[in-house]
Amino acid sequence: MKNSKLGMAAYWAVVIISLVIGGYGLYWRLTTGHILANYGQLITWGLWVAMYIYFIGLSAGAFLISALVFVFHVERFRPIARLALFTALISLLMALLFIWFDLGHMGRFYEVYSRPNFRSMMAWMVWLYTAYFVLLIFEFWFESRQDFVRCGQEKGGFNGFICRVLALGSKNTEPEGRERDERVVRVLGAIGLPLAIMFHGGVGALFGVVAARPAWHGGLFPLLFLVAALVSGGGLLMALYAWLAPNKGSEEYKSLLSDMGRLVLALVLLDVIFTFAEYSIALYGGVPGDVLPLIEIMSGPFWWVFWIGQIGLGMVVPIILLSWKRTSSSTFWVGIAGMSIVLAFVGVRLNIVIPPLSVPELQGLVNAVPSPRMTTQYIPSMMEWALGIGIVGLGLALFAIGYNLLPVKPRGDKEVMS
Amino acid sequence: MAFIPAVSQMENANVRMMEDLERAVQKPPEERRWGMVIDLTKCVACDACTVSCKAENKTPPGVNYTLVIKEEVGEYPNVRATFLPRPCMQCENPPCVEVCPVGATWKDVEGIVVIDYDVCIGCRYCITACPYGARTFDFGDWYTKGNTPMLAPYETAPTFEYGEERVREDEVSPIGNVRKCNFCIQRLHEGLLPACINDCIGRARYFGDLNDPESLVSELLRERYSFKLKEELGTSPKVFYLS
Ligand code: SF4
Ligand code: SF4
Repeated sequence: MKNSKLGMAAYWAVVIISLVIGGYGLYWRLTTGHILANYGQLITWGLWVAMYIYFIGLSAGAFLISALVFVFHVERFRPIARLALFTALISLLMALLFIWFDLGHMGRFYEVYSRPNFRSMMAWMVWLYTAYFVLLIFEFWFESRQDFVRCGQEKGGFNGFICRVLALGSKNTEPEGRERDERVVRVLGAIGLPLAIMFHGGVGALFGVVAARPAWHGGLFPLLFLVAALVSGGGLLMALYAWLAPNKGSEEYKSLLSDMGRLVLALVLLDVIFTFAEYSIALYGGVPGDVLPLIEIMSGPFWWVFWIGQIGLGMVVPIILLSWKRTSSSTFWVGIAGMSIVLAFVGVRLNIVIPPLSVPELQGLVNAVPSPRMTTQYIPSMMEWALGIGIVGLGLALFAIGYNLLPVKPRGDKEVMS
Repeated sequence: MAFIPAVSQMENANVRMMEDLERAVQKPPEERRWGMVIDLTKCVACDACTVSCKAENKTPPGVNYTLVIKEEVGEYPNVRATFLPRPCMQCENPPCVEVCPVGATWKDVEGIVVIDYDVCIGCRYCITACPYGARTFDFGDWYTKGNTPMLAPYETAPTFEYGEERVREDEVSPIGNVRKCNFCIQRLHEGLLPACINDCIGRARYFGDLNDPESLVSELLRERYSFKLKEELGTSPKVFYLS
């Protein structure tokens, strides 16, 4: 108890510090626009775009895992299904905030709705994740409706009030009502499944279609994005469950976690194959536009993002922890494996966005005009970091608040049955 | 070398191109197809084009519609310098247009790829999609802010890009937009050549209507060997290089 109180205090301390830092970032961004940003003319997308695809990947991944339960009836994972939906919702919000601040004219985002160009993958992506967002909210509501009603009736105070508001006047807590809700959730999940695949595959396609950037261009990208989403989303859920489950110590908890471990291990191995295919073929082909970004990734100043992050934390660590018997049966180590993946994918996303942009489209372009924005180097500026930290802090805060007020906690089997 | 005199003996290329232009603007717009021809053997890398473009369009630091790539080939003492002026290619199949999520950029009837500053959301997707690095983002930088007592008048004077009078101000378009060369569309419609054509001291740049067989650019393309950049991408540039 004491430990968890300390943990909570530390969590909120981190959140508050992040939000304060984020406040500075927000102030700079809103008062000076993009002047303080370090992305430039060549590397025109930076930290924020990388974070955007990172969180959108987590969202799609968590959602796809929830679909295992809601659509494919893998009841095994039922205890974390709702948490997965909730995680998907929060990550999506964070992703959208990141990309919104990246726009040159934030006030014009509605134009993607009012005058979309459907020849653009970006327009598709925005429309698809809007649909996905709406669907997530409905699915989450139907899945939690009876719990909102119950908590509204049982609890007083603020929490009860929130529950009554979220129940939207619905009263029914009968088993038939639950059956109907489950049917709705199943249908929504079934619609959401292709939607999540399309929109996250679409994010991959957004990069894949750009023929001007050989390192992006190709058919593997949408698939690579989907695998990455599943791995990172799976890793996140695994870590969350390892730490947040109410029935720690029970057989059920251990066996669910080890099943998740196996699932994530399989996904990581799939990711190894995809990453190897992507890198080896590009390196073999030897086309400079393909190879230079990879060399930059593997031996440039940020080599460690690849070797320590992407390969070490993202592949070696989870593969060892999840396949070695001693660690794969320890819930602590399984949780660490999940966290390790979640961390590593920040690096994966940075390496997808930035190095491929660092190769000038025409040789000698960067020296043609003296401009600090015309450079092959990019390190995010203070403003970019600060705002980014703030958005992450906001996400953590929303997660904790929702986690405490809404019925999203992972459950033990018995509660699910009742 | 036999062909070069055909060009240099011409009366006055500028006069000839002005006449070409006059003929072209009398045609319905959809019958014109503006193109540029750049003679690499005559470019001296003086950057007069870069500067005249800056003067015409009042582009801020970091925003360049045209520039000259200068490279050294070989090793001392066997070296030579190569110069490649690079405006927007005004591609016939512009990949930058395809990717714009809001249709803020398109190829207009005269074949020029234009941007609507009041629509562009500044996502910069088009920058990543242009194979020639021809698009730049207006970050809101100024040449003379902070380091001088006041903004120099050349930064606050209005521009007439796309025929619209605009004064550049913080947080107002075109700040926050992507910007690019538009063949000085505002000048063309007044019967003037693009600024870089007028000011090229080496007479390396030519401009005119590619649909007009009588125009100087058409004649040059008939008589000289020409190539386009990255033709293999299928973009079909309307900027041709003579070498
Ligand atoms: S050169 Fe680039 S900006 Fe110009 S039309 Fe072609 S793709 Fe678009
Ligand atoms: S930056 Fe502007 S012109 Fe370019 S793709 Fe985005 S909205 Fe379109």
